[in-house]
Amino acid sequence: MSRTVTTQRKAINTALAWGIGLLIFFPILWTFLTSFKTEATAIADPPVFLFFDWTLENYSVVTERSDYARFLWNSIFIAGGSTILGIIVAVPAAWSMAFVPSHRTKDILLWMLSTKMLPAVGVLYPIYLLFIKMGLLDSRLGLTLVLMLINLPIIVWMLYTYFREIPGEILEAARMDGATLRSEIIYVLTPMAVPGIASTLLLNFILAWNEAFWTLNLTAAKAAPLTAFIASYSSPEGLFYAKLSAASTMAIAPILILGWFSQKQLVRGLTFGAVK
Amino acid sequence: MATQHSRSAARLMMAPAVILLLGWMLVPLTMTLYFSFKKYLPLRGGDLGWVGFDNYTRFITSSAFWPSIQATLIIVGSVLAITVVLGVLLAILLDQPMWGQGVVRILVIAPFFVMPTVSALVWKNMFMDPVNGLFAHLWNAFGLTPVEWLSQASLTSIVMIVSWQWLPFATLILLTAIQSLDSEQLEAAEMDGAPPLYRFAYITLPHLARAITIVVLIQTIFLLSIFAEILVTTQGSFGTKTLTYLVYQRVLESQNVGLGSAGGVYAVILANIIALFLMRIVGKNLDA
Repeated sequence: MSRTVTTQRKAINTALAWGIGLLIFFPILWTFLTSFKTEATAIADPPVFLFFDWTLENYSVVTERSDYARFLWNSIFIAGGSTILGIIVAVPAAWSMAFVPSHRTKDILLWMLSTKMLPAVGVLYPIYLLFIKMGLLDSRLGLTLVLMLINLPIIVWMLYTYFREIPGEILEAARMDGATLRSEIIYVLTPMAVPGIASTLLLNFILAWNEAFWTLNLTAAKAAPLTAFIASYSSPEGLFYAKLSAASTMAIAPILILGWFSQKQLVRGLTFGAVK
Repeated sequence: MATQHSRSAARLMMAPAVILLLGWMLVPLTMTLYFSFKKYLPLRGGDLGWVGFDNYTRFITSSAFWPSIQATLIIVGSVLAITVVLGVLLAILLDQPMWGQGVVRILVIAPFFVMPTVSALVWKNMFMDPVNGLFAHLWNAFGLTPVEWLSQASLTSIVMIVSWQWLPFATLILLTAIQSLDSEQLEAAEMDGAPPLYRFAYITLPHLARAITIVVLIQTIFLLSIFAEILVTTQGSFGTKTLTYLVYQRVLESQNVGLGSAGGVYAVILANIIALFLMRIVGKNLDA
């Protein structure tokens, strides 16, 4: 008796959850479908869902016009560069805070977090001015640096929480067994730290890829990444839904796929370890 | 345990990160403070001297200020209410036994990974367009006159778009928190005959209190500075000019840097008040 009730409840849960899940996902699905339509089908009333002549034309039009490849490369360069630079700066810092903590470690961590909370508009003009003075406006290097700085607190925090989970006793045990510092780092520490570093890399790549304040305000034609490329569709090209959809799909697809792998890291990275 | 040697090594390892962040914080903030006390119009005469607190009073007394505060509060408040309430309900639902739980989770979390310019444009054109948008088609199907979302219901539209972006975040955090709830406690309450609403109010909700607080604080920080969603949709017209957008307009569009910097200082103060609460919670957790 209780078993049938459970199955029945499970079925209701399933139907409800799938319904809501699909509703939330619908705008993405709709964008994806529309990207394969002709412009006429895209605005058809009543709307067409699956049964239309699928075409790849929009993708070829979008990639041919407007140097799509350059925007894509800028996104990869800026998101990738800022993340890697951030990791290089953050690993030693997080490492020392996790393994050689002092009475000030907590204050430093909280202070780093506080810099993340500085609203961007509060420093917009100074950064803009400094960028002009240093010739960094509309340059990939400049944007890479800014994104590295705004994500650095998150990177340090994430790495710190991962490193802290590595038990110090293991290092001591390795030392007792006569491991040299070099083999200790290569065979004991690195294997344990790599998953944490990889997760940090992943989440921050996503955050940098989607950043849409500095990328819009500090770039023009040369260094603009995909966020700015899509913004340029605002009007009047935005009224060509099929092409807008194709451009959007290409901009979000890689990150959606990466994002699905980073759900857990997302919680850790954006709550600063306060929710586990 | 740590020797003097390892301690100074640790300090050295920390130095690059600390120095970079210190510079990133102090240099531009000092410049903003400096400009905020000046009449500074880069395109119309440049630096026109010190003006004391003039910019601060002018920014507050300008006709755009209070509407911008109102728009900011409405957007932040509504999005928080929507995402937290729906987030709690969704998290509870997703925690129930079901088929294909992993896939549903993926569907629900997906909007968080869509870049802000894409979600704003897709919503603006493909859903909210009064002629060709899906909503217009839907309204037509019921014989209703389509709504001109972004002009007639501008704030509602922005709230919808931003809530869609942040609901996944709230759900994911709350789901993580719910999963750490001891299910034996709930079962015991059920055996004792506590009805579902009772169990929710006295066991689940108190357990979620901290996670909800964190969701509220973190989202507030991000929501106070939403930018692309407004730039791409209304460009601040139809009453959607938030404090962030107003400062952006003063600084970059009308190039009134003194006035905009004073606005920027207000934004920094506002964010810091909220940050203070967040830091206290995070700090407490660090000790545990």
